[in-house]
Amino acid sequence: METRRIVDRGVKYILFISAMISIVIVFLIALFIFREGVEAFNTVGVRTMLFGKVWRPGQEQYGILAMILGSILVTIGAIVLGVPLAIGGAIFLAEVAPEGIQAVVRPAIQLLAGIPSVVYGLFGMVVLVPLVRKIPVPGNSGFGLLAASIVLAVMILPTIASIAEDAIRAVPQSYRQGSLALGATHWQTIVNVIMPAARSGIIAAIILGVGRALGETMAMIMVIGNSVLMPSPMTNNPLTLFLRQARTLTGNIAVEISYATGVHESTLFATGVVLFVLIMVVNISARFVMRERQAIH
Amino acid sequence: MRRLLITVVLLAAVLMASCAPADAPATPEEAAPAEEAASGSISVAGSTTVQPLAELFSEAFMAANADVTIDVQGGGSSVGVKAAGEDTSDIGMASREIKDSELTEFADLVIFTIARDGIAVVVNADVPVDDLTLEQAQNIFAGEITNWSEVGGPDEAIIAVSRDEGSGTRAAFEEMVMGKELLITENAILQPSNGAVRTTVSTTPASIGYLSFGYLDDTTKPVLIDGVAPSEENASNGSYPVVRPLNMLTNGEPKGVIKAFLDFILSADGQAIVSEESYLPVR
Amino acid sequence: MMSDNKTIEIQHENILLQQKKSNLSLRHATQSAFFTILWIGGIITVLILLAVTGYVIFQGFKAIDLQFLITPPRGGLSGEGGISTTIGTTLYLVLLTIAIATPLGVGAAIFLVEYASDNNISSRFLKGMIGFSHFGVETLAGIPSIIFGLFGYALFVSTMKFGFSLLSASLAGACLVLPVIIRTTEEALLAVPRSYREGSLALGATKWQTIRKVVLPASLPGIITGIILSVGRVVSETAVFYVTLGGSYRMPKSIMSSGRTMALHLYYLAMDTRAFEKAMGTGAILILSIILINLLINFLSRRLTAGLRGVQ
Repeated sequence: METRRIVDRGVKYILFISAMISIVIVFLIALFIFREGVEAFNTVGVRTMLFGKVWRPGQEQYGILAMILGSILVTIGAIVLGVPLAIGGAIFLAEVAPEGIQAVVRPAIQLLAGIPSVVYGLFGMVVLVPLVRKIPVPGNSGFGLLAASIVLAVMILPTIASIAEDAIRAVPQSYRQGSLALGATHWQTIVNVIMPAARSGIIAAIILGVGRALGETMAMIMVIGNSVLMPSPMTNNPLTLFLRQARTLTGNIAVEISYATGVHESTLFATGVVLFVLIMVVNISARFVMRERQAIH
Repeated sequence: MRRLLITVVLLAAVLMASCAPADAPATPEEAAPAEEAASGSISVAGSTTVQPLAELFSEAFMAANADVTIDVQGGGSSVGVKAAGEDTSDIGMASREIKDSELTEFADLVIFTIARDGIAVVVNADVPVDDLTLEQAQNIFAGEITNWSEVGGPDEAIIAVSRDEGSGTRAAFEEMVMGKELLITENAILQPSNGAVRTTVSTTPASIGYLSFGYLDDTTKPVLIDGVAPSEENASNGSYPVVRPLNMLTNGEPKGVIKAFLDFILSADGQAIVSEESYLPVR
Repeated sequence: MMSDNKTIEIQHENILLQQKKSNLSLRHATQSAFFTILWIGGIITVLILLAVTGYVIFQGFKAIDLQFLITPPRGGLSGEGGISTTIGTTLYLVLLTIAIATPLGVGAAIFLVEYASDNNISSRFLKGMIGFSHFGVETLAGIPSIIFGLFGYALFVSTMKFGFSLLSASLAGACLVLPVIIRTTEEALLAVPRSYREGSLALGATKWQTIRKVVLPASLPGIITGIILSVGRVVSETAVFYVTLGGSYRMPKSIMSSGRTMALHLYYLAMDTRAFEKAMGTGAILILSIILINLLINFLSRRLTAGLRGVQ
């Protein structure tokens, strides 16, 4: 009897310790990355780093503005290309597609969300980059924001589609029946009743997609060209901006961390801090939207 | 916090012990070791220029010494210096001279020059330009010349491909070709390894890059610089100017199996591999 | 007058009816137009995804044969040989990572579900810690993988001097999959009916006995689902291992050896060599392993729901 109680109590403490592990890891990450990063901000200067346009560690120039813009532009590109398709696909699956198609397509889309990003990167290198290169603009190498945006769009498509579909499916059946009973067509019901009701869930899906796009590393290194340069249009057409090579914050860390030393190394941690803050802003807004959604139902 | 880490580490160690049998069958069982066989494992990391050579050295050395495992990793020359200096690897590889700042930071580094290597300027096979002056090459990589028509080619924009900053090849190229004044244009595509530069130049029309001699093959076209072909012969007789040492580094004098491996590399057998791979032997 | 009024009314009604009819047909026309667009959109979405995976699998199968699977890579950066050692390294790393993350993750989830909901937790400190812990899990789940890589590089590779090794990589990988395991286990535990616990406690079992003998067995398929999800995550992860595992393609001899997983091998093949067909082959094997993992998860979750329904 006594040993049972002692074991019971001992187990409780062990479990308590493992329950603390996640917060310990968060703390350690903050400690290691922020401490180093803050050091870089102190030595180089926050303004010089965040708004500096030149990144040449050899010359001790550590501006990461080009990378911040690279990350943001490639994410915007991916959202513009991927979200309409993903939402359309989600509505199609949840409302329009016959049972048979749903049964096959839904698990397939979930499966695709788990495919390694390097596979998409490989596809980008072998198929997309040569295709993009066919666009007749002088200096267009094929590597760049457009190829990277397409790769990301394809990567986040399944993630957004499957979460958005869940959100649409979660709209209570009574909403649909009510709208149809009032004489609305199915399409009117979708536009006027279901989409507004699923709105916050769909927004949350998009925000998760944004998080995934901002955080992607290896596929970006493979197709974006990795040049550190301020994005600018290549001709009079502003869209040629997307034919420029670029570098993302993630790519900068992955490519340079293994050999960086001293201040250069710290600036890479600072790059991580900037990425971390960007993603946190996105995630917190996701949680905010989720909460709002729970409040409605 | 520390206790937690130790727990995690211990846990991992215990797990490893239990995982070991699962690992065993994957290790090829080889015949009885050769005479005077050394044993142990060596980790090598650094320059992607030296990497293919190191892979071949290690394959030959492991064939003769069944009990030796040699891990070869890339990363770039700066990784090699850092890995050797900080003891994260037994041997570091660097395809450039070791900087003074590095020698002050890691005072115990011992440098073995195992070969010499030229850097060739290569273009995509479709580019009809066969030779460039040193100045033209400088201006192309500096972004001053942006169209092939300026150097006798068709009217097509030049796509420059370079290595990123940690690269020994880039450091050597900047020093010997670009000089002190000129910087490589920020419009250049940056790739993290020699192999990636080769892949990019070979698959991108109108592109130009620079590669270690060891990476020259029929997928890219080397151009003459000031009329001199980037060949081993021209490099060893001094007429081709862009040549740098390939180094292996250890932290302190090497001992045991590491010494045996370095001795093998500098032996006639090892140097035969060097010339076979179109690098320049040192003895 | 009366009849006049009536005629007007009737006329009016007729007009309304006509309007309604044309409105209805217009609405139906709009609907079919948009549904056509949705069909096209749906088909395009599926086609894009099929094209990408289909292309890789199709191209990959040209490179795959038994020889590809059982010979180690060789020839340095010429990209010769097969992928046997990378399969081995992947398995090794998966085992290690899961072995580190599972006890911690499952333990954390048990505490958060079984103990944190206790009424007798009155201590403010404990409540605060539990809140912190939930916050920790949420935060970890949102951190991009390269940050885990950076962290692993800073702590395990450099500070603790584990070097580029399986040990460093699996510790960093464990941080990455921990939230996955904690969340799925929490869900699985919450799905176990309250009556199970009450029954066991009423029979005089202690809390731990109840958890070990009743709650854990009932939630096992759910927990295993979480573990398999993490396996998938480790198999497809590249960024974390790119900066912690080194990249040597030899079979690792110990946890201190460097190594190369299949996903990393694909990256190196694609970037450093011109062996695109071998990269495709590796990609095809990766996609097949993910399909296998998904089938396993589907099977288990079906069993979980069936099992719980059966007992209730």
